Amino acid sequence: MAAPFSKTDDSVVVIIGTGAGGGTLANELAQKGISVVALEAGGRYLPEDYVNDEWASFAQLAWLDTRRSDGSFRLARDFAGLPSWIVKAVGGTTTHWAGASLRFQDHEWKALTNYGRVEGASLLDWPLDAAEMDPWYTLAEAKMGVTRTNGQPGLPGNTNFLVLEKGAKAVGYKEVHTGRMAINSIEYGGRQACQQTGFCFQGCKWGAKWSTAYTEIPLGEETGNLEVRERCHAARIEHDDKGRVTGVVYFDASGVEQRQAARIVCVAGNTIESPRLLLNSASSMFPDGLANSSGQVGRNYMRHVTGSVYSIFERPVRMWRGTTMAGIMQDEARHDPSRGFVGGYELETLSLGLPFMAAFLDPGAWGREFTSAIDGYENMAGMWIVGEDMPQETNRVTVDTAVVDQFGLPTPVVHYDDHPNDVAMRDHAYERGIAIHRAAGAVRSLPTPPYPSTHNIGTNRMSDNPRDGVVNRWGQTHDIPNLFVSDGSQFTTGAAENPTLTIVALAIRQADHIAREMGAGNL
Amino acid sequence: MNRIDRAGMTRRELLARSVAAGGSLLVGASWVTGRSAAWALEVTALKPGTMATLVQMARDIYPHDRIPDDRYAVAVKGYDTADKAPAVEAGIAALDAAAQGQGHPSYLGARWEAERVAVLRGIEKGEFFRTIRAGLVTDLYNQKEIWPLFGYEGESFSHGGYIDRGFNDIAWL
Ligand SMILES: Cc1cc2nc3c(=O)[nH]c(=O)nc-3n(C[C@H](O)[C@H](O)[C@H](O)COP(=O)(O)OP(=O)(O)OC[C@H]3O[C@@H](n4cnc5c(N)ncnc54)[C@H](O)[C@@H]3O)c2cc1C
Ligand code: SF4
Repeated sequence: MAAPFSKTDDSVVVIIGTGAGGGTLANELAQKGISVVALEAGGRYLPEDYVNDEWASFAQLAWLDTRRSDGSFRLARDFAGLPSWIVKAVGGTTTHWAGASLRFQDHEWKALTNYGRVEGASLLDWPLDAAEMDPWYTLAEAKMGVTRTNGQPGLPGNTNFLVLEKGAKAVGYKEVHTGRMAINSIEYGGRQACQQTGFCFQGCKWGAKWSTAYTEIPLGEETGNLEVRERCHAARIEHDDKGRVTGVVYFDASGVEQRQAARIVCVAGNTIESPRLLLNSASSMFPDGLANSSGQVGRNYMRHVTGSVYSIFERPVRMWRGTTMAGIMQDEARHDPSRGFVGGYELETLSLGLPFMAAFLDPGAWGREFTSAIDGYENMAGMWIVGEDMPQETNRVTVDTAVVDQFGLPTPVVHYDDHPNDVAMRDHAYERGIAIHRAAGAVRSLPTPPYPSTHNIGTNRMSDNPRDGVVNRWGQTHDIPNLFVSDGSQFTTGAAENPTLTIVALAIRQADHIAREMGAGNL
Repeated sequence: MNRIDRAGMTRRELLARSVAAGGSLLVGASWVTGRSAAWALEVTALKPGTMATLVQMARDIYPHDRIPDDRYAVAVKGYDTADKAPAVEAGIAALDAAAQGQGHPSYLGARWEAERVAVLRGIEKGEFFRTIRAGLVTDLYNQKEIWPLFGYEGESFSHGGYIDRGFNDIAWL
């Protein structure tokens, strides 16, 4: 039967969310001839709809439903209602993302083994390793057109990169280049090359950056096997008395409750919404929420050790010109405990426009110290820290039944405390980032605190052991065989790399597994 | 039906669709413009003196000497409504009282910026200050009219990006 599918059709795979994980999985399954209904809370926006204006774009795309955060990290004070920066739209956060696409380093798949026990951290080895993931990474890189892979040339460096490169080389760093980016350096996949317009975070109006919104989703729809239901918000997942999921209850664009039957359900709502949905689906059989016999649903929330260094130079840099994040320094990504912390970090170029710079440079600050920094905007260069943060059981997403959203559903609360390892790593990275800019001639540096989290991972973590993880090596929940997790919430640990390439590689691998198991009659 | 297919991703087609979708070629947005002090005439719910103090407070929070007063006025004029006015009148009255407590005739009567900033430091933890500052950081810096003062160029899509317009132009480095 071809899309659109009937709501009572219980042969379909229902995917919740169409971002990096869900959008990829939807297309991969559709290409294999499997019927898919994808429920997406957001609307559909394409390159012609994107607005190259920071706040207007934020209002258009960001997930702004009620959320609350607490904990000792500074974000809980500065942006208590906005712990993370996630998109609500077909394509999910791949509309906003910057395109940095790095593989995990081999040792990062086995963090516990390689770092040893770290007090207060719930480190664990992934049940996967680099050799197992290599072919899936290769497929993901080809799908996304990642530069410096499969023969795709690197992007040209913009002014911000040239500053980073000069400074990094001057202090002795070796691995500095314009990154591995899911942004076309040449025409690829029917999409043109990057025009260096510099609004990668607001949706690429040239379609040069990979986003499931205009790659995976329409490709899947062309097969006739994928129906995307936009502005449909999944409320809970239902199951039968054998403990198998049977369908998803959702609110449609008019706010009317609907139910879609399902053979398999895949949750890909990003790391805050995915555990929220499992917790909100609690029943008499599963009183603590679906797939939560381990008590791990919502725990080990990770967001990477982040922070930025902006520096002011004597003369103009105009960092906003050109690709937002095409620049990286990788020498500190290694694991080297002699620096005073386990794991490593990347330094990547980053630029914000003037409106976001004012909001995020030093949230809450005012007066001449602040405005004199903003006065230096034209002469600023910027970089962003992405490092491995420690998973902690107490860093978690819970639901607050006393505060409900527009559909009456309990809302998520995000708790996060920095681990001492995170603090030591961030301090080291600030110091190195400032040294790099100094070496390129900076006259004043501004170590900038973390933004609302763009990398949200880990709340349904993967483990071979059903007691300490929510999903197995395929992203299949340990408790319910026909319930899968298909987004960044599967991450066992975060590694130092931006997460999306790994999310996509895992989704391609998961699609292969689901198709095989369906074919064998196991699902 | 998809509005997009792979054949539709060429440069020419994207530009054409953008024009058709409207609003995406962001050149010349229209803000209420006014000459310095023109805002005083526009006040409807607030007392003119309250608005004058609010504008000074806005400038003292985010002082940029090259930004004219009317930009600060535009940033706070949203408070000049019947429902918001009572809280703002009360907040400004408290600000004046705090200034008097530090020996000034009023907030505006404190002549040096440092004197007014000292008054603001005394109330910065309070709700009134926090509301005004949080609103200002978007409503001031989001005005396209002030961007050129900082060298910021805003969107570049309508000019074809920076690929031929200096994305790597940093000869001094
Ligand atoms: C500004 C910015 C820059 C970034 N840059 C990079 C980068 O350079 N490299 C990198 O690797 N990563 C980057 N990221 C992160 C990257 O975007 C995310 O890691 C990735 O998109 C996460 O994929 P996901 O599938 O987990 O979730 P998402 O892509 O967020 O997709 C989740 C989708 O689920 C939908 N959804 C949620 N709940 C429901 C529900 N109940 N019912 C229906 N639908 C629902 C949401 O609307 C959304 O569309 C960036 C993020 C931001 C914000
Ligand atoms: S800089 Fe390149 S990738 Fe980024 S938005 Fe512009 S064209 Fe797209």
